[in-house]
Amino acid sequence: MTCHTPGIPAAAARRRTVSRVALSRYVFCYGMLLVPTAFFLIFRVIPIVQTLRLSVFSWDLISRVKPYVGLENFRTLLADANFQLALSNTTAFAAMTVAASVVLALLVALPLARRLRFEGAYQLIYFLPFITPTVPEAVVWKWIYDARYGVLNYLLSLLGIPPVGWLLEPRTTLWAVIIMSVWKTLGYNMVLFIIGLRAIPAEYTEAGLIDGATGWRFFRSLTLPLLMPTVLLVTVISTIGAYNVFTQVYIMAADIQGSPGSVVRVLIYDIFENAFRYYRMGYASAEATVFFAIVLALTLVQFRVLRSRT
Amino acid sequence: MGARLQLGVTHALLIAWAVVMVFPFLWMLGTSFKPAPEILAFPPHLVPRAPTVLNYVRAFQTAPFARFFLNSLIVTAMSTGVIVATSTAAGYVFGKFRFPGDTAIFMLFLATAILPLETYMVPLYLTMRDWHWINTYPGMVAPYLVMSFGVFIMRQYFRTALPDELLDAARIDGASEWRIFVRIAVPAAVSAMAAVAIFAAIQAWTAFIWPLIIASSQDMYTMEVGLAFFQQRYTIDYGAITAGATVSAIPIIAVFLFFRRHITEGIAFSGFR
Repeated sequence: MTCHTPGIPAAAARRRTVSRVALSRYVFCYGMLLVPTAFFLIFRVIPIVQTLRLSVFSWDLISRVKPYVGLENFRTLLADANFQLALSNTTAFAAMTVAASVVLALLVALPLARRLRFEGAYQLIYFLPFITPTVPEAVVWKWIYDARYGVLNYLLSLLGIPPVGWLLEPRTTLWAVIIMSVWKTLGYNMVLFIIGLRAIPAEYTEAGLIDGATGWRFFRSLTLPLLMPTVLLVTVISTIGAYNVFTQVYIMAADIQGSPGSVVRVLIYDIFENAFRYYRMGYASAEATVFFAIVLALTLVQFRVLRSRT
Repeated sequence: MGARLQLGVTHALLIAWAVVMVFPFLWMLGTSFKPAPEILAFPPHLVPRAPTVLNYVRAFQTAPFARFFLNSLIVTAMSTGVIVATSTAAGYVFGKFRFPGDTAIFMLFLATAILPLETYMVPLYLTMRDWHWINTYPGMVAPYLVMSFGVFIMRQYFRTALPDELLDAARIDGASEWRIFVRIAVPAAVSAMAAVAIFAAIQAWTAFIWPLIIASSQDMYTMEVGLAFFQQRYTIDYGAITAGATVSAIPIIAVFLFFRRHITEGIAFSGFR
């Protein structure tokens, strides 16, 4: 764009035309960005800001007055048994689901990363639950978990295990949701692990082979340390996803009408119920703000991990 | 010999695990084609002995599943179309031009992807209510009109795969920027746009909590929401429920089987949003 032509008048003239061209390009650029930016602002940025703002008001959606209550919503929230239950359930769910999903994903990723035969077919099958919509999956799992006719209890009976009332009491229901969620998220973690494993330079593994390291020792002393950043990253991403759990809980364990005996209260479900069943908009926003803080904290950890890796 | 044995064991374990992973899908399919007595048969069996489509007929008769399917198609088409358009326009500008504020706007687009919809669905719902967009198609797609990952894909594509010389040649010929975008950039980017379209379509079809909130009458339910209410209402009719589940899952599974290479890596990279 810069002009190296000698002769001042020509250069000046060209500079003027360049700037006019540049100006018309700016107009084009901003014009192209107008609609996308408007959408991002209206449907994301403003609602995000409003969540924070709404959390300091008390509002039932109908009344005209929307009193400012300061941090009252948060104070009530901390003492709210439902919220405490939701937070502890979600945390327990996240801890168990992430631990199991990460370990199992790593176990299947190790052989698949070495490009063995039928690797594509295995990956396809393991990834399928992740990509399929959650509602039909949860519906099928509900049928699998059925205490009387469910196939899971039948299979367990073959091993001599007495029938479990999977969705009939809170504790087993939480386990049922965890098992289903591990099944669903494992394939996603597997793909990340395969990418991570293949990024390990071949010299390292060759050096290990020359040293005669094999099997578990090879994995412990070589693969795992090199893979640690990926393990951390997968753990954080899965934890964010696990705190976001809603659909399978809603289908299998949330609605008193729809689930046989029990409710597993999780964070998003509690927000959903406060906002759209009881119309406590300010209160639900305070709860969403807490969720917001959790996600943000986990994301900061994720960025740290990403930075330490590069 | 040892290595071969080890390989055999590895495959055996992977196959066993694959059976576990795929079993719920087979069980869904199997149940959906079983006549009622077989569904409750003991001991249970996977493959229907007298296969029937009556479960599908009953599902479509007791609930407007055809309507749910149509709604899902409409919502998916609207969201996909707009996301491809906004991602292509924004991605082109970010990939090919420098202008004041470009980095800031791009970072804003990406940063919003950190927070899931669930954090801000309450105020967004209130906006929809003010606009009278509750129980309408525009309301259902409102959060799915832009996709950070889509903008990112298109920006990468234009930056790396579309040569500047091509655009400059057109400029010398006197073509306007808009004309260059429509005539040169867009036709060159069809494959990248298709990738964005696949992600957008999967996201829209599988969306649950938002359509659950926004759709307030049965005729506006998507497949996911309709199926959720259906299984609450007819708790014990597992024949019809699994039939509905199969119909809801098949389109996404089909898309996945068709485009799986793009999908696995793209999604692993972005985690949607």
